[in-house]
Amino acid sequence: MNLHGTPLSIAVFALFVVAVLYLSYFFARKAKSAAGYYAAGGQIHWAVNGISFAGDYLSAASFLGICGMIATLGYDGFLYSIGYLAGWVVALFVVAEPMKRLGKFTFTDAVDAKYDSRGIKLAAAISTLVVSICYLIPQMNGAGSLVEPLLGLPHWVGVILVGTIVIAIVATAGMASTTYVQFLKGGLLLVFSTIMVVLLMFRGLGTEPAGLKDDAGRALLFVPQQTTEAELVAGGQRQVHAAGEFLKFEGPNGAAWWRRDAQGSLWQTQWVSGGEVNGVAGGLLRPVGRVTALGGMSPAEAARGTGPVSPVSYLARLTHPDTRIEQWHSTKVNDEAGHRVTIHYPKQVSGTDQMKPGVKFKVDTFWNKLNFVSLMLALFLGTAALPHILIRYYTVPSPACARKSTIVAIAAIGFFYVLTLFMGLGAATNGTINPADNNMSAPLLAMSFGKLLFALISAIAFATVLGTVAGLIVAASGAVAHDLMDRFGRMNLTEERKVHAGKVAAFGVGIIAIVLGILFRGVNVSFLVGWAFAVAASANLPAIVMLLFWKRTTAAGIVASITVGIISALGIILTGPEMFAGPYGRTAAEAWHKLGQPGIVSIPLSFLALVVVSLATGRKGGGAKAARAA
Amino acid sequence: MLHEPARDSGPDPASPYKTRLGLWMFLVYCLLYAGFVLLNVATGGKAMQAIVLAGLNLAVVYGMGLIVVALIMALIYNHLCTKRERELKDPRWEVRS
Repeated sequence: MNLHGTPLSIAVFALFVVAVLYLSYFFARKAKSAAGYYAAGGQIHWAVNGISFAGDYLSAASFLGICGMIATLGYDGFLYSIGYLAGWVVALFVVAEPMKRLGKFTFTDAVDAKYDSRGIKLAAAISTLVVSICYLIPQMNGAGSLVEPLLGLPHWVGVILVGTIVIAIVATAGMASTTYVQFLKGGLLLVFSTIMVVLLMFRGLGTEPAGLKDDAGRALLFVPQQTTEAELVAGGQRQVHAAGEFLKFEGPNGAAWWRRDAQGSLWQTQWVSGGEVNGVAGGLLRPVGRVTALGGMSPAEAARGTGPVSPVSYLARLTHPDTRIEQWHSTKVNDEAGHRVTIHYPKQVSGTDQMKPGVKFKVDTFWNKLNFVSLMLALFLGTAALPHILIRYYTVPSPACARKSTIVAIAAIGFFYVLTLFMGLGAATNGTINPADNNMSAPLLAMSFGKLLFALISAIAFATVLGTVAGLIVAASGAVAHDLMDRFGRMNLTEERKVHAGKVAAFGVGIIAIVLGILFRGVNVSFLVGWAFAVAASANLPAIVMLLFWKRTTAAGIVASITVGIISALGIILTGPEMFAGPYGRTAAEAWHKLGQPGIVSIPLSFLALVVVSLATGRKGGGAKAARAA
Repeated sequence: MLHEPARDSGPDPASPYKTRLGLWMFLVYCLLYAGFVLLNVATGGKAMQAIVLAGLNLAVVYGMGLIVVALIMALIYNHLCTKRERELKDPRWEVRS
């Protein structure tokens, strides 16, 4: 697909960037102290902080990644919504008030509050940096995906643009400007996502969706042909290659790849090889995604569509066992010359299969079950351990405000995640999935309602990235300047120097984020964030929980827990099947083990390390005091 | 808004009650969440496709339910915590409005 930016989308985008930069400039004059820079002075109203939480948390992974995953995988994408929201329960019931009581600027402050241990400062700061970087990659990647259609610029330009703006936001006013950017973004995201879902309900469902149109008003939706090998041969084509279920035929009009289904029918695919799309140099992939039958309706009725429906009817109609949905998947095969070909192909699935887990997260084998439980565990326990979320507890005046702002966050985030199911399914049924990059499903769904909504949604999605990246960079710069330089390095920085160090650190982290965002292009952003949650849940949560609820916890125990958590989680990820099948360019079978999601091993290991080391290093009744030497 | 350092919160007499309550509510939600995960694993996903309410399957109803229940429990938790804080009448724990 190649959607060029329109003057409208560019204008909305520019307006938003100007507003954000003005906010930063405005607050820069008011945030001169370290408390002002790292924690917005602890004076943010709890309601504002709650929406800012939503703005911080509803990242590119939530908006772009989850909607894209639901659009291509159905209900499996919604599992992320459920897990991400459930994590806030842990934050509210276990973490919120104690974090506010114990901490000052960073996650490290809280875990080190009882100990004053250099070991904890170092381990917690490294953990903050690792988790923030893991989380930054998908956000920057999402930014690049957005800027391509919004401004008609290449992916890497988008990443650099976001990086530059965020560095400007954070380096001018730190947490103060970040808070209001997140508040603005959180509010706008909720309002316009609601508007889009309301429009979707008015449109209803049908087998001939409105879809996207080109400038001449022609429908862009790719409708795959269904045929048989005999028909192709009779039409003068001959099979030149086969790769599993994929067959390549050549004829008078060139070559094409087809997928053979279980019934022996051939389905037309879209394919990319060596700069050619569907055999055409410089060609374009066309958008996909439609229902081919609606349960309880004749083909003629389904073609006319349901008209306006309620949200429950919308979901019920899609869940109907006679409903048929075209699910789009991608794979890579070698052609007859050994060249790598990426094939985007349809699968006809029933409504029953679309609306239940099992496309991506299969629970048929032992390892698949383990991976599923592991992912859900990491999502549940990861939220309350994310450094950029935890530092937002320091921006409110009291623990009670921390609690109330978490409840506002649960309401806002929960409502948004309900909307993701509709937006994702809307993209799947309205021909608005870019087969090469499902991250754009929600903005393209907006485009099916007109260019104004597309411009607004894209600008908000862009703001989504800005808000989250800003929060991550504040957390990371705090880890470098406050935890490592000032407290671990005992540099005893003045207020002014501490703020300056934070700004320099923000610049450095921003540059790293830009480089990684370019390198990880095209990977589903929600999937990467799942790993960030696993690392956070493994490295940070055991330390927080045990610090609060187990009196014999020692500093050495906390250091061991964080270290074991990071190493085991990252180790399992880096040697696992997802990395081999993805970034390493090998096959999943070559991986060292079959565990794609580390949480189920790394979280218990981290708890175990804390308990064993605390028992070994602690003295009876004096956990905190005993281990101060750590 | 000055963005200067927040005042020290000081001791919270309601803290033990809130911690205990939070832990219990966390355990209740844990059970609900674990039920969702384990039901899916134990039945190989088959239980999730059963239509249970208004044409919706268990996967959708249970998933949406977990989101809604989280909010309801959060509101109950806040109500009980705020009530206890008021009972203890410590002005330092009044929430700024």
